[in-house]
Amino acid sequence: MLLNIKNLHVSIDGKEILKGLNLGVNQGEVHAIMGPNGTGKSTLAAAITGREGYEITKGEILYKGKDIREMSPDQRANEGIFLSFQYPVEIPGVSMTNFMRTAINAQREYRSLPPMPPGEFLKKMEANKQLVEIHTKLTNRSVNEGFSGGEKKKNEIFQMAMLEPILAILDETDSGLDIDALKVVAKGVNALRSPDNGFVVITHYQRLLEYIIPDFVHVMYDGRIVKSGGKGLAHELEENGYDWIKEQIEV
Amino acid sequence: MQQEDKKYTPLEQNLIRFFEEKEQELSARCIPKVVQSRRQAFGLLKTMGLPVSKDENWRSSPIEKLYTDSFQLDNPTTGYAKSVGELFQCEIHGFDAQVISMLNGWYYSPDDKQLQTMEDGVVVGSINAAQKAFPEFFDRYFDEIAKNGQHGFSAAAKALFRDGVFIFVPDGVEVKKAIQLIKIVNSNEKMMVNSRNLIILGKNSKLPLLHCDDSINHNAEFINTLTEVQVGENASFDLYKLQNINDETTLLNSTFIRQERNSHSKVNVITLNGGMIRNELNVEFQGEGADADLNGIYLMDNQQHIDNQVFVNHAVPNCNSSELFKGVLDNRATGVFNGYIHVARDAQNTNAFQRNNNILMSPEAKIDTRPFLEIYADDVKCSHGATVGQLDEEALFYLRQRGISKQDAYLLLMYAFTAEVTGKIAFPALRSSIEDMMKKRLRGELAICERCVLHCNQPDFPLEFEIDMSRV
Ligand SMILES: Nc1ncnc2c1ncn2[C@@H]1O[C@H](COP(=O)(O)OP(=O)(O)O)[C@@H](O)[C@H]1O
Ligand SMILES: [Mg+2]
Repeated sequence: MLLNIKNLHVSIDGKEILKGLNLGVNQGEVHAIMGPNGTGKSTLAAAITGREGYEITKGEILYKGKDIREMSPDQRANEGIFLSFQYPVEIPGVSMTNFMRTAINAQREYRSLPPMPPGEFLKKMEANKQLVEIHTKLTNRSVNEGFSGGEKKKNEIFQMAMLEPILAILDETDSGLDIDALKVVAKGVNALRSPDNGFVVITHYQRLLEYIIPDFVHVMYDGRIVKSGGKGLAHELEENGYDWIKEQIEV
Repeated sequence: MQQEDKKYTPLEQNLIRFFEEKEQELSARCIPKVVQSRRQAFGLLKTMGLPVSKDENWRSSPIEKLYTDSFQLDNPTTGYAKSVGELFQCEIHGFDAQVISMLNGWYYSPDDKQLQTMEDGVVVGSINAAQKAFPEFFDRYFDEIAKNGQHGFSAAAKALFRDGVFIFVPDGVEVKKAIQLIKIVNSNEKMMVNSRNLIILGKNSKLPLLHCDDSINHNAEFINTLTEVQVGENASFDLYKLQNINDETTLLNSTFIRQERNSHSKVNVITLNGGMIRNELNVEFQGEGADADLNGIYLMDNQQHIDNQVFVNHAVPNCNSSELFKGVLDNRATGVFNGYIHVARDAQNTNAFQRNNNILMSPEAKIDTRPFLEIYADDVKCSHGATVGQLDEEALFYLRQRGISKQDAYLLLMYAFTAEVTGKIAFPALRSSIEDMMKKRLRGELAICERCVLHCNQPDFPLEFEIDMSRV
């Protein structure tokens, strides 16, 4: 199993946010996670990627069979875990090109590969810019600085395409996107999709799942996955909201 | 009455006694104006004493801790001649400069010429030798530029200076090859060096000057310098100050730049290391249409202290000034930035900008930053801003989530922070050399000893950085 989360409890500042979450993702699978705001979806992404301040009090996260709790965020990234951020960060003074080159070469070094030759790197940048339909020059642009909301999300998918992760977590990458941008995001994901990779797609909207067809849909509520099903579950949620699930739980 | 009761600190006593004993020797090679100036400054030193941290301009300065130290003031000129040639071999790869030096406060040139006139008429040499050769320049400029903001240390420099640098660029001459001044103190004693410089740029001339202050050992020294610069009509003066001294050494320097009509000055003060450093930069616009671009970077850690005091005097209309100072302070380092802008009543159509940004890497690091604006004209565009913050944790995590190590992520962010200033250095070879030094400094690998500030004794010394900054 690519990702195996067992009975995960996570606290922030002593407050328990995840309360016994189980999730298993095999290679080649796409899992969608839906659920109301404040339920802990981003917390789950933060715990998997090793963000500081998210304390695992109980349970474990196994990635490729290994417990990753003690791994630094960069080591997890180098092991192939990628997060498309819900709120991408602006970094003035660091150009996109420099950022990507540094990241790619760090990941290559981790795998004992030499730095990518500049020509190959440039070609890859060009190809992936086309894939996600970024038309401006990235060389002189600082990371996410002055990017529109849609550009920032496209930029996340661009970085994913550059880094070719094994496990990609998309945290509300579709929020606030118009239908064209949404299709671009889906195109990026589908291009990377292969029997070797897994995806966790966090979303509020069923419409993204029309373009990225999930194998499983999970409903998260109050720090747990409370219901799992096939892609039909997403339709049900879209039509009926979450109240019927809350009622089921509280009974 | 109070003055009679004034109790002098040991350092003050030491300075006063030294002047009283050595005045004749100090003045022996001086023209009457300079003799007079020394005497006047000595009087000022006695009445004002050295500054204390109660003085508004010396707020937050730990300077007083030096006042009980005993410094050797009588700097020997012998005993280093053999090694000096080796110390001063310095080349920045691809940066062609004419090197002159000050050693223990004395002007030094490799072939021992105290004053040289180049083919194009540019004069470079010792301020002592220049007095008798060019008394008319001393009549017109000496002591005439450094008038404001006098304090005990500028008085001490004026009264006690042993030597200094004199540079004159004639009208219409553009100095292509930068002049590089390397200042070194090499003594086993705790030494205080007082020196002063006079630099004159004629009409339509250009002078790039690189001024390096460097330590070659870990001894505590005290370097106190006063510099006067006159920038003639339509002339351009570029000053790069590179400061890389040891943690025990104190560096005070007061630079006074006076600009005539349509002249330009550009200053970059790069502080890489030093125990206590205070840079006073005074710019006065004397003629209309002039501009000054004043920039600085400081990277301090341990218990180091940096103090940048910038005074811009818009005395006349139609001039532009801009200030950009950025700093990173780690551990228990402290800093001060004071930016004074004065716009006179008639100085209409003035543009004056000022910004100071700081990153504190530790909770104990401190910076005290304040603007002081005095504006008496109405048609003025003036802005100022100061920030004090930490490195952005969100940005750090973002970089690390892409596989970049914590150390490299820190470096990338700090480097991005400082690049705004280094990007302004006009000579590509100098810029990349300084950028390399910054990277080394940020990685904690910059040596202050055993080689010159630009690591030139070993040109093949690798200056690599894991993060490849080259633009693809
Ligand atoms: N940094 C934080 N500090 C304190 N509480 C937080 C922090 N981040 C999230 N929370 C809380 O954790 C809960 C889950 O948040 P989050 O994981 O962002 O939910 P979702 O992504 O499902 O909307 C919310 O109650 C939120 O207020
Ligand atoms: Mg969220």
